Amino acid sequence: MNFDFSDDQKQLRDQARKFLAEKCPPKAVRVVLDGKTPYDKELWKGLAEMGFLGVAIPEEFGGAGAGHLELCVIAEEMGRANAPVPFSSTVYLAAEALLIAGSDAQKKKWLPAIASGEAIGTLALFEGKGNPSPKNVKLTAANGVLNGVKKPVADGAIADFAVVAARTGSSGRDSDISLFLVELRAGGVEVKSLTNLDPTRGQAEIAFKDCKAEPLGAAGEGWSILTQVLDRAAVLCAFEQVGGADRALEMGRDYALDRIAFGRPIGSFQAVKHMLADMYVSATLARSNSYYGAWALSTNAAELPEAAAAARISATQAFQHCAKNNIQVHGGMGFTWEFDCHIYYRRANAMALGLGSLSYWEDQLIDRMRKKNAA
Amino acid sequence: MNFDDTPQEAAFRETARRWIEANAPRELHAELSKSSLGRIRLANHDIVDVGKAWQKKKFEGNWACLHWPREYGGRGATPIEKVIWQQEEGVYGKLTQPFQIGEGMCGPTVMAFGSEEAKRRYLPKLASGEEIWCQLFSEPSAGSDVAGLRTRAEKKGDNWVVNGQKIWTSGAHYSDYGLLIARTDPNVPKHKGLTMFFLDMKSPGVEVRPIKQANGMQEFNEVYFTDVVIPDSQRLGAVGDGWNVSLTTLMNERMSIGARLATGVPEMFELCSNLMLEDGPAIDDPAVRSKLASWAAKSSGLKYTSYRTISALSKGERPGPENSIGKLVSGMMLQDIATYAMDLQGAAGVLTGNDEETAQGQFQQMLLSSPSMRIAGGTDEILRNIIAERVLGLPGDIRVDKDVPYNKIPTKGR
Ligand SMILES: Cc1cc2nc3c(=O)[nH]c(=O)nc-3n(C[C@H](O)[C@H](O)[C@H](O)COP(=O)(O)OP(=O)(O)OC[C@H]3O[C@@H](n4cnc5c(N)ncnc54)[C@H](O)[C@@H]3O)c2cc1C
Ligand SMILES: Cc1cc2nc3c(=O)[nH]c(=O)nc-3n(C[C@H](O)[C@H](O)[C@H](O)COP(=O)(O)OP(=O)(O)OC[C@H]3O[C@@H](n4cnc5c(N)ncnc54)[C@H](O)[C@@H]3O)c2cc1C
Repeated sequence: MNFDFSDDQKQLRDQARKFLAEKCPPKAVRVVLDGKTPYDKELWKGLAEMGFLGVAIPEEFGGAGAGHLELCVIAEEMGRANAPVPFSSTVYLAAEALLIAGSDAQKKKWLPAIASGEAIGTLALFEGKGNPSPKNVKLTAANGVLNGVKKPVADGAIADFAVVAARTGSSGRDSDISLFLVELRAGGVEVKSLTNLDPTRGQAEIAFKDCKAEPLGAAGEGWSILTQVLDRAAVLCAFEQVGGADRALEMGRDYALDRIAFGRPIGSFQAVKHMLADMYVSATLARSNSYYGAWALSTNAAELPEAAAAARISATQAFQHCAKNNIQVHGGMGFTWEFDCHIYYRRANAMALGLGSLSYWEDQLIDRMRKKNAA
Repeated sequence: MNFDDTPQEAAFRETARRWIEANAPRELHAELSKSSLGRIRLANHDIVDVGKAWQKKKFEGNWACLHWPREYGGRGATPIEKVIWQQEEGVYGKLTQPFQIGEGMCGPTVMAFGSEEAKRRYLPKLASGEEIWCQLFSEPSAGSDVAGLRTRAEKKGDNWVVNGQKIWTSGAHYSDYGLLIARTDPNVPKHKGLTMFFLDMKSPGVEVRPIKQANGMQEFNEVYFTDVVIPDSQRLGAVGDGWNVSLTTLMNERMSIGARLATGVPEMFELCSNLMLEDGPAIDDPAVRSKLASWAAKSSGLKYTSYRTISALSKGERPGPENSIGKLVSGMMLQDIATYAMDLQGAAGVLTGNDEETAQGQFQQMLLSSPSMRIAGGTDEILRNIIAERVLGLPGDIRVDKDVPYNKIPTKGR
């Protein structure tokens, strides 16, 4: 058994950490947080140059052709740095959808552009309240045009293209849903930025009015493709969440060592020590579940659906728990805009909803465990 | 990243599997499979008897304490081979319960500090299950703070004479030998005046009194010592070095991997699948699903944490501290799961018999037994302290008694 990343992969993680420490310090995150720019364009360019955007994209489509384990270690570092770039939308969602379902022409057009940093992509799935479900997809596709409104769409205001889930039938089955690829700078698209919990990652409303769109994957296959995309993204996001959780734990630990109250470092009070110990426990469980997800993702194992759901649940809980208690350890300082605690708190809670809520994934995990037990 | 055995590991697994197939007590398989939470229910057998039989067979096949050197009864196996053995031994591993303290803690301490003669005399018999060992550490006034213990050992010629009392000693009533930590010098600070011994539990002056537990069972005991004579040759480590010796014992306790930790999740999954609520099976209820999924994710988190530890072992690395979370997480989870299972069972949940409505009372047993998981082998609070101090590097607790001579420490009615 070798249930660990390889030395090369660990080296890549160190390289990513070093790069992000230099190019994405809290100061850079705050430029986006304060709304001075919608995302960090310099960082995006740098990530492309490092080969990080295309790390899991095959060489024939302009990527590094490394693989998903390599993408996992980079994702962890992106989460740790709270990188204010459209990495998850573009790399975990759009690129993965193209890899799973794109035609050769579509892959040739978009994947090299993603790897080089020229194209930002996203997934337009949600329509207001609710979780991923075919019945929540109301936007229609007929005769090659889309009509309807998607909201919220992560990074929608800065994306060049979107993978759009559309209704193409009314049988009440999953096969009512098909996917389309839309260039967002073309006609028939109206984009509006929305304020959201985590200003370091934008959210938008996108209205499609008789908008021309090309199919992505076969008609009626949309939901099955989406399920695969969401499972993959769940694992990759889990690594971001693990990175964020670890960082929040580290900030709390450092503050507890530094801050003196009642004549002692607050880290010497058991109430604080035990809070931090519990954060370590949830972060460790999340890391281990995520490693299993990474294994399943990288080997395309039959266990992926179950592993992805467990990783998603565990990592969501850990990041929320660590981000919340990191503020608590900081006392009044934790509740200021100036300290970075709230940045992770915002990211943790926004990420908890991005691919469907915690309760949605809990539901999924039980379904998938039952399926396995029945088999 | 992979879960595959190396060719050597695969060959070892195959050998182990074949031996187990040919030798395991298959007639017990069904009952052992149904026994959970370290609570073995065998209709027609005593766990110590069948445990001894299995241990003896393993010893004869060279599979007992297999990570020990051959000359002391083991097989000289690597740590990863031991893990593979445990995986293959599966439910039969539950039969090793009476020997776990000996194999996990007493044996390694004798191995590290015993004379060559003692090692050759005692370790093979411990491995074969012929002699059972217990751990005599905790006292009425010294549990978490075990270094505060009062049991005295005084040197008389070539012997030591022991007076005092131990408590919570698991298995003392069927043990042949005990690992004993006692105070040999009360005039120095508490950690410095301790010495480690082992003794024959049948020595004159040793009295074992069973204690009835909160769950109604009797697995632990009080042990009284009245002028018990222990030869100096049964001292482990230097006089006054007992604390360091005990750290070896406890470290070994932590090193033994939590692969066998019960979490209650499989039992709960089965209950929720079978239990009918008013609107259908419990597992279709969103509130039930949410809890069950959270527990399942925790349980798989523990499983893959132990896999990470095994991988470190497999590379010859020492397991990291992440291993210490196992008991902390599973202890609380067992208790929560038991409480919720009974909530789902409603009125019938109060029954503790072999009732069909309560899945034979297994969650009721879990409820009554689980508090011990959070206390024995280090309480939840002590484990959190360990994580906070050893893993996260936070300051140690303020110790008011650390540099004070033991006999000057204020006590409550000692
Ligand atoms: C929104 C807001 C409004 C406020 N308004 C006012 C106001 O109007 N007037 C005013 O005077 N103050 C005000 N405060 C300050 C507030 O009273 C302090 O923030 C609070 O007492 C905590 O002190 P601290 O921020 O210095 O944190 P610290 O005391 O440094 O605490 C940091 C962490 O250590 C823990 N800790 C500290 N000591 C111990 C201990 N002995 N045992 C266990 N844990 C410990 C704390 O619980 C916390 O988790 C306000 C704070 C906030 C957030
Ligand atoms: C089923 C069972 C089997 C056992 N088997 C054995 C055995 O075979 N051999 C043996 O030697 N012992 C055995 N023990 C004893 C066990 O090791 C002790 O019970 C345990 O270490 C706790 O000690 P205590 O009971 O004295 O509780 P205490 O130490 O008095 O603790 C009481 C409470 O105070 C808390 N506390 C204590 N110190 C601190 C601190 N520094 N910080 C925060 N909280 C603290 C504890 O967490 C606990 O909640 C067994 C116990 C049980 C329940």
